Amino acid sequence: MSLSGADIQCVAKLARLRLTEAETTSTLSQLNSILTMIDSMQAVITEGVAPLAHPLELTQVLRIDEVTEENAREAYQMTAPAIKDGLYLVPRVVE
Amino acid sequence: MYESVIGLEVHVQLSTLSKIFSGSSTSFGASPNTQASLIDLGMPGVLPTPNAKVFEMAVKFGLAIEAKIGKTSVFDRKNYFYPDLPKGYQITQLDAPIVGLGHVNITLEDGTTKRINITRAHLEEDAGKSLHNSFDRLTGIDLNRAGTPLLEIVSEPELRSAKEAVAYLRVIHSIIRYLDISDGNMAEGSMRCDCNVSIRPQGSKILGTRTEIKNVNSFRFVEKAINSEINRQIDSIEDGQQIIQETRLYDPDKNETRPMRSKEEANDYRYFPDPDLLPVVLSDAFITSCRNSLPELPESRKARYMEAYGISQYDAGVLVADRDVADYFAEIAETSGDGKLSANWVMGNVLADLNQTGRSISEFPVEANDIASLIIRIKDKTLNSKTAKTVFEALLSGEGSVDSIIKERGLVQVTDTGALRSVVDTVIENNPHQVTNYRVAAPDKQGKMLGFFVGQVMKISQGKANPQMVNQILLDKLSG
Repeated sequence: MSLSGADIQCVAKLARLRLTEAETTSTLSQLNSILTMIDSMQAVITEGVAPLAHPLELTQVLRIDEVTEENAREAYQMTAPAIKDGLYLVPRVVE
Repeated sequence: MYESVIGLEVHVQLSTLSKIFSGSSTSFGASPNTQASLIDLGMPGVLPTPNAKVFEMAVKFGLAIEAKIGKTSVFDRKNYFYPDLPKGYQITQLDAPIVGLGHVNITLEDGTTKRINITRAHLEEDAGKSLHNSFDRLTGIDLNRAGTPLLEIVSEPELRSAKEAVAYLRVIHSIIRYLDISDGNMAEGSMRCDCNVSIRPQGSKILGTRTEIKNVNSFRFVEKAINSEINRQIDSIEDGQQIIQETRLYDPDKNETRPMRSKEEANDYRYFPDPDLLPVVLSDAFITSCRNSLPELPESRKARYMEAYGISQYDAGVLVADRDVADYFAEIAETSGDGKLSANWVMGNVLADLNQTGRSISEFPVEANDIASLIIRIKDKTLNSKTAKTVFEALLSGEGSVDSIIKERGLVQVTDTGALRSVVDTVIENNPHQVTNYRVAAPDKQGKMLGFFVGQVMKISQGKANPQMVNQILLDKLSG
């Protein structure tokens, strides 16, 4: 499998990345070489092998249900470009 | 003729104290962004830690719908950009959900039962809220809701009408309330419903193109939204148009659905396993302890009430839908010793009041014990149906106990034959014309005409006369 320049533009758009012509070309060749490697991995017989969700052979530790966080809105909002009445303000999005 | 094919995706907010991946509070209505921690804000360098309680709640739901429980549960990232999703992805479950195939039974209008399969239920985090209307050309973002645990319950497309969809939704609501895993409050968004709707010619096996109506927030709107969408699809097809697969919103004011502005390539979510989270493995002992803590569920309670209190399937279904109402009814039935009369009073008066006022049974001002006393006074003939209603109204306005209301208002039913006879005599004397008419009328007309005399007697006795006795005395006197 190999990608086209249009695929790169599409993925970049989904990731909100603006790529120049040159960046698109270099990304295309890098991603295609990764896909070539994956193509050769396809030769491995994986029948009967369960998909691996995580490379560590550990299971998740859980937390008990209790409120441990306190309100730190003022501190967190110091880096926000625009706030009002406790809300973060962003350019209008309409559904 | 067309047949509609409907599947529901129900999002239920789990009633934990803290969020699914952080220790922030989940309480409703707090000042904006005061319950959004660094994890909820999607700051770099933080790690999510799952809340044990959400697994217990999800497993209980799975057991309640007799589903296969996913002992190994994996979390995935669903990637999309929206300002109320600060990480740029939602943590959800794709291939290894916690609850697999299960089912519930719904009761159709004709009283028959239909089994609806549930494809899966998975855990995920809620997004924040976008407030579009308060600011000029800006949107306000409140992330208090971000990270609130959700259980998304996905049905098979086996519902065939808007009514069936609502019946299914009510069953899900009833189960989550019995399990006490969510408050199920649709108005506050604790339970939200997406409806997938398509139509096809009756008898066809091929599915038509479906549309999805997002975020419908009441039982009534679910029914109306689905019906309006079915009608829209039929009209389009009859006009020779194609149905486009799209997401639509329901506008209750206009009673119509309209397309959401399509987000380009929005369906390419590029799911992948979340590297921040390890698989969650549930032990058999944990699942067994969840099973042992399951309460009695609505369906088995319904069967028990029919048996124990001699009430109909329909009545039992109405009474057990809400666990608190079911408990309230059972207390009345046990104390009064009359299941049928208790069912009539709870459905006809108590539930009628709750529907009218919008309050819940826990906010209802009359104790179960008082309704039971009222029923005991009906059974011992102290009250008739009319005076019982008066006592009920007095109980509602907090005028004291049943017996003190009966005493203060002088509502004891008149069962003294001598007193009733004299009232009947007065009525007959005062209405000679009606008496003559009654006596010459055909026997099948007389029954209806008797009502006039009963009414007059009740009026003079201020509703306190025993109606059965009045009937008997009237029949005797009028025939003579």
